[in-house]
Amino acid sequence: MIKLTGDNIFKTLIAIIAASAIIIILLNTYVLVTGSTNVLSTSGVEFITGKNWDPATSSFGVLPYILGTLLTSAIALLVGVPLSLGIAIFIVEMAPKPIRTTFSYLVEMLAAVPSVIYGLWGLFVLRFWVLNYIEIPLNTYLGWIPLFSGNPTGIDILTAGLILAIMIIPTVASVSREVISAVPNSIREGAYGIGATKWEVIRHWVLNYGRSGIFGAVILGLGRAIGETMAVTMVIGNATGPRAMPTSLFQQGQTLPSLIANGFSDSTTPLQSSAYIGAGLVLLAISLLINIVAHVMVTRVLKVKGGAVE
Amino acid sequence: MPLSEKLNLHSYSLRKFKNKFFYVLCLICLIIAIVPLLSILFEVIVRGAPAINWQFLTGNGLRNNIGPAIQGTLILIGLTSAIGIPIGILTGVYLAEYGNNKYATWIRTINDILTGFPSIIVGITAYSLIVVGLTGTFSPMAGAVALAFIMIPIVARTTEESLKLVPNSVREASMALGIHRWRTTLSVMLPSAKGGLITGIVLAIARIAGETAPILLTILGNFYFFQGLNAPIDALPLRIYLSSRSHLQIEQTQAWGAALVLILIVLTLNICVRLASRGRNKGTR
Repeated sequence: MIKLTGDNIFKTLIAIIAASAIIIILLNTYVLVTGSTNVLSTSGVEFITGKNWDPATSSFGVLPYILGTLLTSAIALLVGVPLSLGIAIFIVEMAPKPIRTTFSYLVEMLAAVPSVIYGLWGLFVLRFWVLNYIEIPLNTYLGWIPLFSGNPTGIDILTAGLILAIMIIPTVASVSREVISAVPNSIREGAYGIGATKWEVIRHWVLNYGRSGIFGAVILGLGRAIGETMAVTMVIGNATGPRAMPTSLFQQGQTLPSLIANGFSDSTTPLQSSAYIGAGLVLLAISLLINIVAHVMVTRVLKVKGGAVE
Repeated sequence: MPLSEKLNLHSYSLRKFKNKFFYVLCLICLIIAIVPLLSILFEVIVRGAPAINWQFLTGNGLRNNIGPAIQGTLILIGLTSAIGIPIGILTGVYLAEYGNNKYATWIRTINDILTGFPSIIVGITAYSLIVVGLTGTFSPMAGAVALAFIMIPIVARTTEESLKLVPNSVREASMALGIHRWRTTLSVMLPSAKGGLITGIVLAIARIAGETAPILLTILGNFYFFQGLNAPIDALPLRIYLSSRSHLQIEQTQAWGAALVLILIVLTLNICVRLASRGRNKGTR
C-alpha cells in the first residue's frame, strides 16, 4: 500500500496536472468530432470529395481546401527547404566562428515575428514583389502552361505558398542545424583524410549521415505550413466553392485554416458552422499524422546522436 | 555507382570550383532568408511610426486608436499566464523529476505534438466549449483558455529542460539535509533553475502575444476599453488583422501602427531573454 506521505501526495498531484497535455488533445478531438457529426451525417463522403460550399442548398465539401492546403504547403517546401538547408550548412560548416551565433539569432528572429505581421507585410509588400517580378514575367512568357495561366493579381496561391516558405525557414533550418552539428567529427575527418573538398564532405558524408533527421525537419516544416492560418488568410484571396479548386498558381484559393478563420464567425446555419468544424477535423487529422511522423523521425535521430556522443 | 565516380575525381579544378560555388550558394540562401526579416522591420517602422502618438496609444478604438487593443493584449497575457504558467511548470516538474516511466514518455510525445498544433483548431475548441457552451458570449476568458492550450506545452518543455540542467549534486545536498523530495523540488530545484524558467516563460508570452488565430474566434474585438470578463475584448493581433482588410487609408495606418507596437513588444521580449541567457551561460563556464 502507498503511504500518504508528502512526497506521494506531491507526486500524484503533479502527475494529475501533467495529464493536462492528454486532456488538451482529447478535448480538442472531442469538440471537433461532436461538432462535425451534423455535417458528416448530412453530407457523408460528399464532405471530403465535394466542391460546393453553399449554405442555401446545404451542400458542403472540403476537397478544394484540402488541395489548396497541400498545394501551398508543397510550394512552401519546394522553396523553403533548399533555402533552409543552405542556411543550416552555411551556419554549421562554413561561416566564420565569431559570426555564427549572430546568423542563427537572425534566422531565429524570423520565428519570433507574429504570423499576422507576416500577413500584413505579405498583403502590402511581398504581394507586389511576387506580382511584378515573378507572376507577370511567368504569365507573359509561359502563360500557355495551365499552372501559370490566368490573370495574376498577387493575391493568390503562389504568394501564400511563398510566405509559408519564409515562415518555415526558421523551423527547418534550426532542426537541420542541430542534425548537422550532431554528425560526429570523425566522419568529417575521415572524409577530409581521403582528400575530399569541403563541399564533397558536406554533400556526400554529412548530409548522407544526417538524412533521416533532415527528413524529420522537413516534415516538421510541413506541419507548420499546413497549420498556419493568419498569414495565408490575408494573402490567398479566400475563394470558396468550386472557384477555390486550384487549377493555376495565379488564382485565388483557400486552405483549410484560412477557410475557418475567414468564415466561421459569419456562419448563418447550424449546419454551416458544423461544416467549418468538420474542416477543422480534417485539418486536425492531417496535422496529427504529419506531426507524429516528424516526432518519430526526429527523436530517433537525436537518440542515435545521444548514444554516439555520450 | 561507386563514390569515386560520383565525385568526378579527374578534374581537380572543377572540384575546387564546385566547392566555391556552393559556398556562395549557401551564403545566398542565408541572405535570401534575412531580406524578408529586414524588409518586415523596415516597413513596419516606416509605415507604422507616423501613426504613433499619445492619442493613438491611449485613445479608444472609435477613432482608429489602439488603446483598447494594447490593454486587451496585456489582459490576455495576464489571464493566460495565470492559467498556463502554473500548469506548464508543474507538468515540466513532473517530467523532469519523475519522468522515467511510460506515462511521462506519452506526455512528452503529446506535448511535442501540441507544439506543432494548428492554432485555429484551439480557437474552435475554446469557442465551442466556452463561448457557446459555458458563457454564451465572446470573452477574454475564452481567449485566455485558447492561448493557454498553446502556452502550456511550451512552458512544460522549457521547465523540464532547465530542471535537467541543474546538477544532481544540488538535489543530493538538499536531501542529505533531511529535506523531503517535494520540498527539495519546490524550494531548491526550481530556484536553481530560475533563469531557464524565466527564459521559457518570457518566450511563451512573446509567442502568445502575437497569436491571432485562437483569439479570432473567441474574443471578437471591441472599440471600447475592458468591460468585464464576460464581454468581448480587443487585442493587438486581432486589430491588425481586422484593420488590414479595410480599404480606408486611416485603418491601414492603424494596422501598421498596431503592428509596430506588437513587434516592439515581441522582439524586445525575445532579444532581452536571449541576451540575458547568453550572459548567464558565459558566467557559468
